[in-house]
Amino acid sequence: MGKTSTRDRMSNEINAGSMADIAFLLLIFFLVTTTIAEDKGITVKLPVWSEEEPDITKLKKRNVYAVLVNAQNQLLVRGELMRVEDLRNNAKEFISNPYGREDLAEKPTRAIISLKNDRGTEYGTYLGVYNELKGAYNDLWTDLAQKKYGVDYSDDLPVAWKKAIREEIPFVISEAEPTSFGEEN
Amino acid sequence: MSKFQKKRGKTSPAISTASLPDIVFMLLFFFMVVTVLRDSELMVKVSTPFASELTKLEEKSLVNYLYIGKPLQKYQKVYGTKPRMQLGDKFADLREIPLFLERHKVKVPEAKRPKITSSLRVDGEVTMGIVQDVKTALRKSNQLKVNYSAKKSSK
Repeated sequence: MGKTSTRDRMSNEINAGSMADIAFLLLIFFLVTTTIAEDKGITVKLPVWSEEEPDITKLKKRNVYAVLVNAQNQLLVRGELMRVEDLRNNAKEFISNPYGREDLAEKPTRAIISLKNDRGTEYGTYLGVYNELKGAYNDLWTDLAQKKYGVDYSDDLPVAWKKAIREEIPFVISEAEPTSFGEEN
Repeated sequence: MSKFQKKRGKTSPAISTASLPDIVFMLLFFFMVVTVLRDSELMVKVSTPFASELTKLEEKSLVNYLYIGKPLQKYQKVYGTKPRMQLGDKFADLREIPLFLERHKVKVPEAKRPKITSSLRVDGEVTMGIVQDVKTALRKSNQLKVNYSAKKSSK
């Protein structure tokens, strides 16, 4: 009987005072190793590889939105210098052509963006330009989605809705083989 | 004098720390959940540019990463300062891309293979030459879903 009583007394209560210390240790380990994931980016679909380049000269000139970026990170849009900040609105006007101008796209389904850069163009600039073009389309999609369904365009929309929207305004971008005038780093 | 002593005697002797472990555990679980252990150490400097039209990469297991940037200071003696590509945990040549993609592909169940995305994590200051070469290599190995990694910018 005396034996059990000693065991009882020993296992009566485990001292939990050091639990906090252990938890702190683990906490600090995870604090140090944490990198909060920033896995975001611009998703693109590359064209299937083919030896020959697509020929955009066959298309009607008014339907092609040619964007050139040179090695000095300057932008030439349809033969005119432009700032990256103005690109989005200009592209939107070109695609939707709200006033039916003769020199802009016949209709959104015919519009083609042609993007060409130099091997010496900075990647940051290239992505900035791509971002603005994508943004122009995103804005137009949102406008259309608002008109049709009363919601903003996003990836969470039903597939059928997205398909209907993207059929009306398809995102067609053709990237030509870059020139190599500029210096690479 | 006696007044002070009396008061001190009356107050509860100590704050109970019994709930401290609970609080700490809560924090611990939060950090455990958000933690992503980095699988490979970066050997190139990558500071991705800013963009606004971002999509999130959903399933980690379907993504393979290609890093492009200048080698870090400690590798510059051996590898120079020209931008290079890093695959996995070592510098790689363009010719190693197909094998790298294939190695990743075999780990993915067959039904999900068309959803594999290549995440290009490229430094903003790199020129397009090497990026273009990588893109061409990806197209040649029929890896067409690409995500240009970027940081969120306010409009």
